[in-house]
Amino acid sequence: MSAARLIALDRATPGSRAIVRTLTGGIGLVSRLAAMGIVSGAPIQVLQNRGRGPLLVLVRDTRLALGRGEARRIVVEAPRDTSNGGDVRQAW
Amino acid sequence: MAATSGRRGRRRSGEWLVALAGQPNVGKSTIFNLLTGLSQHVGNWPGKTVERREGLFAQNGIRLRIVDLPGTYALTAHSVQERIARDFIIHERPDVVVVVADAASLERNLYLVAELVTLRVPLVLALNMMDVAHAHDVQVEPRVLEAALGVPVVPLVATRNEGIAELVAAATRVAREPAGFRPPLPEVAGPHGAVLARLRALVGQHAPPPYDGDWVSVKLLEGDPDVIEKAKTWLDDASWQPVHALLAQHDDALLDIAAGRYDWIGRMVRAAIRRPRLGQVSLTDRIDRVAAHPLWGLLLLLGAFAIVFWITFLVASPVQQWLDTAVVARVRRWPSAAFPLWPPWVVGLISDGLLGGGGIVLTFLPVLIVFFTALGLFEDTGYLVRTGFVMDGCMHLIGLHGKSFLPLCLGFGCNVPAVLATRVIEAPSGRMLTILLAPLVPCSGRLTVLAFVAPAFFGEWALLVSCGLVAMNLLALALLGTVLSRTMFRERHMAFILELPLYHVPNPRTIAAFVWRNVVAFLRNASSVILLVSVVVWAGVTFPGPDVGSSYLARAGQWLAPVGALMGFDWRLLVALVSSFVAKENAIATLGVLYAERGAEVGLAAALAERISPASAVAFLTVMMLFVPCVATVAAMHQETRSWRWPLLSAAVLLVLALGGGTLVYQAGRWLGTGS
Repeated sequence: MSAARLIALDRATPGSRAIVRTLTGGIGLVSRLAAMGIVSGAPIQVLQNRGRGPLLVLVRDTRLALGRGEARRIVVEAPRDTSNGGDVRQAW
Repeated sequence: MAATSGRRGRRRSGEWLVALAGQPNVGKSTIFNLLTGLSQHVGNWPGKTVERREGLFAQNGIRLRIVDLPGTYALTAHSVQERIARDFIIHERPDVVVVVADAASLERNLYLVAELVTLRVPLVLALNMMDVAHAHDVQVEPRVLEAALGVPVVPLVATRNEGIAELVAAATRVAREPAGFRPPLPEVAGPHGAVLARLRALVGQHAPPPYDGDWVSVKLLEGDPDVIEKAKTWLDDASWQPVHALLAQHDDALLDIAAGRYDWIGRMVRAAIRRPRLGQVSLTDRIDRVAAHPLWGLLLLLGAFAIVFWITFLVASPVQQWLDTAVVARVRRWPSAAFPLWPPWVVGLISDGLLGGGGIVLTFLPVLIVFFTALGLFEDTGYLVRTGFVMDGCMHLIGLHGKSFLPLCLGFGCNVPAVLATRVIEAPSGRMLTILLAPLVPCSGRLTVLAFVAPAFFGEWALLVSCGLVAMNLLALALLGTVLSRTMFRERHMAFILELPLYHVPNPRTIAAFVWRNVVAFLRNASSVILLVSVVVWAGVTFPGPDVGSSYLARAGQWLAPVGALMGFDWRLLVALVSSFVAKENAIATLGVLYAERGAEVGLAAALAERISPASAVAFLTVMMLFVPCVATVAAMHQETRSWRWPLLSAAVLLVLALGGGTLVYQAGRWLGTGS
């Protein structure tokens, strides 16, 4: 894999996989995200991201709907080339 | 300690206290229902509006008192449910906690277990939905997991009643010998591990029983507001200062603690779980391509709603009419025939007051059953949550977000649970707005009135008129939401995090239990009020006599006549409307008493159609649909907002809307020539 970059989850490409690096929200939000499986190091896959409205992600075998505000507070490491990251799952 | 003596007492009576814990969507209630059957007791947690369910399992000399804890993802102090769950475990010290986990998303489910082992409470892990995991190609080895965790692991398929006996055996074994199991504990990742050790030294011995010093230290480092408040009272100022300084310096420790828990989970499941190949598209994802699609998902949802309404009118409405004319009217004629010598007022009280009210309760059943079956079906397949995701965009337009959709949806059954269910919305302003709007969702009480009255007046057009009126309510809700969110409720952000569980085949037993529980609860709450109002109204029209026109209620109604005239209401309709404040469905009971004579001959619906003009009828239904929330809803709003401001505001807004709407509809109807 080529060099990776850090982006906010709400900017991740639909269908792409990434690794959660850090969470930037307040303690309430961080503890809720953590309980749902989103902590640093967790692999996360973006199932749906249409640029507006909530995102649909897959993390630890769980499908989560995340508001854009929440997604913005999740910093992920995404592979630089996301157009075809060896992924069979297409953007919906 | 009180907790210890209680425990000893339980042992003497040979009864174990079992707490049932688990994350949402793991089939916990199915297991609870299987274990406790009809011995359930449903109430509220003390001082909270969260439902508390308790039941008894008694078989072969084993007695388990089972308390169903609220479904929680973790045990933080950030939500009421989580605090209830952890306070119960800490203060009631159950003999064993059975954690239900979804085998198909085991890692996330074990987060709660990672919190529970830190509480040092005897545990049994119930690995539910083994069939779903299998269908998704996730292979879990319970024995391997058990060896790693150090607590008994029982595989289950609760929907097929598999594994329940083994679960009971494991729970009893752990309750008898709680010391036999010592699970390894999660550690804190990174440099914060050393910070935790220092906290332990500073705080550990100050935590009074039943609190555990280690657990308190972890929670302090997590920044848990509840435990911080408690620790301040346990420590004097001099000892609190270094703790406070340490916590302020490491306010980011939560991330490392959570990461430490997932490291622990990773070690536990490493050998026990085999997952599918990457890139496999599951059935859930395939369904979600339509069901969670912004456009198709919305159309699907509208279609689902349309079908539910169609079934309500196709099945529930005729059954309701039949019950009214064939059963209720017949039973009500019986007292006068059976007891010809009794004083007329006693026969009237029985026939019009009691049997009339009871009949109304009976005629609710069809609509309630259809509604709760549909809701249970959506819930059990995993579709209901998707509606929140799909509706998020639409809800934003009216100043809410997806999480408000579920409470509002529940409002179709009854506005009271709708108001209570707004607890899932974290942001106070969003919650207030949802509470304020909830009474505009037409509840089954109003739908019952609609389903009863509309066919009598509009024949084959009844469905259209009814849909129009429901649409009117939803439109009013949207408009009011849009206005309020841009004026009173500006500047806010609501966190939107929602788990979308895997789809699965609905279980008839689970749905039947859901329908039964809700219908019984509704009838239990509603029937006493309806009977009471029915008798009061009967007394109001019977006394002082000699005829209805000179009764107390008629006099009160005539006093309101100027308002009624605007909407084409005579005093009877006004009285019916006012009685609907006690409970919406009372409108029919009241009309039943007011039109008792003719109603006993041809059935109430036909009697109404004879006496009331179509324009007045539509106006009446319009006002009914928009009218002030019922007493129970007002009480729930007061309880949830802890002020009278919101219920009064809601009542005032709805009163204006209802009277305005009714006047408009009646005058339009008269203009169209249907006024007489």
